Amino acid sequence: MISEKGLLRLSLLFAILCWLALIVADLFLLFAQINQANAGITKEVPYLFLALFILFTFFYFRLKIQKAESVNFIDLLWRVFSTGLIVSLVQLAIGLFFYLLSNSKLLQNELAINFFYHINLAAVIIFLTSTFVVWKRLILYQKNRRLLIIWQIFEYGLLATLLFNFFQQQFPDWAFLGLLGIFFIYSLILSFNLKWIAYLNFKQKWRSILLLALVILYLYYFINNLINFDNEFNLIMNLLSDVFVLSLVGFISIYALISILVILFNLPTSSVFEQKISEVLNFQRLSQSIQKGDNEDQVYNVLLESSINAVFSTSAWLEIFQEDNSNKVIRSAISEHKMQQVKKSIQESGIFSYLNRQQNYNFKKNLNPTKLTANLNDPDYNSVLAVPLIIQDRQIGLLVLLKDVTDGFNKEMLDIISSFVNQACISVENFELLSKALENERYREELKIAMRVQKSLLPQELINDENFEMFAFYESADEVGGDYYDYFKTSPDKTAVIVGDVSGKGTSAAFNMAQMKGVFHSLVQLNLDSKTFLSRANSALSNCLEKTSFITAAYYLIDAREKTISFSRAGHCPALYYDHEKKQASYFKNRGLGLGIVRNESYQNYIDNHHISYKPGDVLFLYTDGIIEAKNLQGEEYGYDRLSEVVALNGEKTAEAIKTAVIENLYEFIGSEGLDDDYTTLIIKFL
Amino acid sequence: MTLSQPTENKHVKPMNMIEIETFKEDDINIISVKGDVDASSSIHLDEALLKLSEDSSTKYIFIDGTDLEYISSAGLGVFMSYIDDFKTKDIKMILFGLSEKVENVFQILGLDQLLNIVEGKKEAKEKLNEF
Repeated sequence: MISEKGLLRLSLLFAILCWLALIVADLFLLFAQINQANAGITKEVPYLFLALFILFTFFYFRLKIQKAESVNFIDLLWRVFSTGLIVSLVQLAIGLFFYLLSNSKLLQNELAINFFYHINLAAVIIFLTSTFVVWKRLILYQKNRRLLIIWQIFEYGLLATLLFNFFQQQFPDWAFLGLLGIFFIYSLILSFNLKWIAYLNFKQKWRSILLLALVILYLYYFINNLINFDNEFNLIMNLLSDVFVLSLVGFISIYALISILVILFNLPTSSVFEQKISEVLNFQRLSQSIQKGDNEDQVYNVLLESSINAVFSTSAWLEIFQEDNSNKVIRSAISEHKMQQVKKSIQESGIFSYLNRQQNYNFKKNLNPTKLTANLNDPDYNSVLAVPLIIQDRQIGLLVLLKDVTDGFNKEMLDIISSFVNQACISVENFELLSKALENERYREELKIAMRVQKSLLPQELINDENFEMFAFYESADEVGGDYYDYFKTSPDKTAVIVGDVSGKGTSAAFNMAQMKGVFHSLVQLNLDSKTFLSRANSALSNCLEKTSFITAAYYLIDAREKTISFSRAGHCPALYYDHEKKQASYFKNRGLGLGIVRNESYQNYIDNHHISYKPGDVLFLYTDGIIEAKNLQGEEYGYDRLSEVVALNGEKTAEAIKTAVIENLYEFIGSEGLDDDYTTLIIKFL
Repeated sequence: MTLSQPTENKHVKPMNMIEIETFKEDDINIISVKGDVDASSSIHLDEALLKLSEDSSTKYIFIDGTDLEYISSAGLGVFMSYIDDFKTKDIKMILFGLSEKVENVFQILGLDQLLNIVEGKKEAKEKLNEF
């Protein structure tokens, strides 16, 4: 396939070739005529070239002008004007040439005269065909199927007349005139398709009138020129006897003339049309402004501006009620002082009392638009329109428009202002919802980060060696919990284990837990006994924790060689110990006090140091109070007894199996898997 | 201590609304605490204690926990935060009537070592003579 560009070039080339052929054929015929010789070609040959020339030119412009989709109407008319200007200049140049050489021998030469006529001919046909294509676009603007059919009949009919030349001699004059008449009437009918005019603004309309008038002027000049040639010289080819050319001239001038008249009559109403267009555009702006990520102020400004433009109000203001009772006011062409003055006048008019009444109903009822406008008793303003901005039953603001004439606001204006206000409210509401959603999203993100941090505070790997196996289970109700466990091998045989619970939940609990981890890893390396460890931890945390925060913890030192555990408890729930020989589980009973409760040296008086020996098969079951305090649907707590029972029953199993048994039993008890608290267990089975 | 974000309770549990009453018997201020003291309701307990703490005439405070069903770590935090305060102001606080379960919570944390916890109101008054 040939590209569009290629087609354009090709049709231009063919048009030029046909035109050159036309000149050669015509001049050849003329030469034969003068010398009374037989030319060897018939008269039909130049007609054929003319027809082809017209067709190719037409084809060229059709491609060129129709391709430019986005061109506006004024640009189209301007194109016609500029083509006409070039054609006129060519004709003027020829005219001038003829004038200067009026006495020379050249003008006696018919061949030369006919040659120049052919240049003229080409220029006129270019103008006619290009204008025809432009007119086609104007007529078919917002076309429907019917119009398209009517147009196609016209266009193909017109092209068909090119054939007429071949049989010109056979037809009488009345056929020629009749055909012309039909095309003139057809043109007249088509000429009332002028929808494009409605889309011109006032300035564009004036410009169109000027350009169209110039087109008519050009046509007059061109035809006049052709007639002059016809009268003065003997022409081998006369365009004035061509039905196609004459029909085209008639069509173009009829359409131009009617367009001028219609535009003229439309001039007074164009402002209304412009107004409507701007209302639509403002409406669009109101609904779009928020999406670009601007704030509400943007919407308010657009609302005020578009409302003023829509109803031609003299002055206006927009009041936005803010949460702290400080109203934000956007004023337009009115001073603060004058505004207060006008407010009093509005008060007298009863609009405010009407709005207050509506507010008592939470704006559930539809507002009566006629109650929103009133005439004012004010030296500067004679009428007012006040429209409340309402989002979900609450009034967020008030738009006040003022005019210096009485009864300045009609129903149409009320409608358009109401729809502006509604759209603005929707935009603002959407914006509010979006901000809230974003805020929540950010909050959730932060919690997620806290949760990740907290999870990373717990040890990722536990000890499983020849001395004992460890197994941990951790599950948190909130995204962030406050439970903590950790261990540290101080020597190949000695392992320190800590389990703790930070009071409170959420992000602050996670922060305190991080502090606890720091304290643990600093102090554990000092090889302290468990009581001293907790005393030191207490004094360290006393300086870090908030006044009402405390941490419960239990600290265990396991000596694998001696097979002993020494431990202290800082307010944490007592550990459960399973005795392999007795097949019994029991809680350690010892004193203790939470870290951060007593923030001085006396703390050590409240805790004990304990020491036990363990045997292979014994189990140390560490946990947090979430498990003990878990409640079932009846509000009953899981409690210490249930826990010790299930551990006693499953004490011979592996650490992991004990955990599974406990968790299953717990979930069975609470009747659902919904967590209320953090559940943590750390199970150490001695081997 | 807790985040204000509302957590969704997937299963509804019977919640005992907190009920705090303060009244005076002679020179003893009695705060009776009923229901559950958790993270959110502990604020009311804090308010009641703060009011008495700021009153310079306060000498003795009894906490009547006869109908106290549950106390969370946040609730314990409230008592804890007044221990030093009352010591410097020479205000004596005695808790009585705690259920075994609730008392156990105080014991585990070790608060029983710092607070005066007795069985009943009679014992509480007897305890006053020890000071």
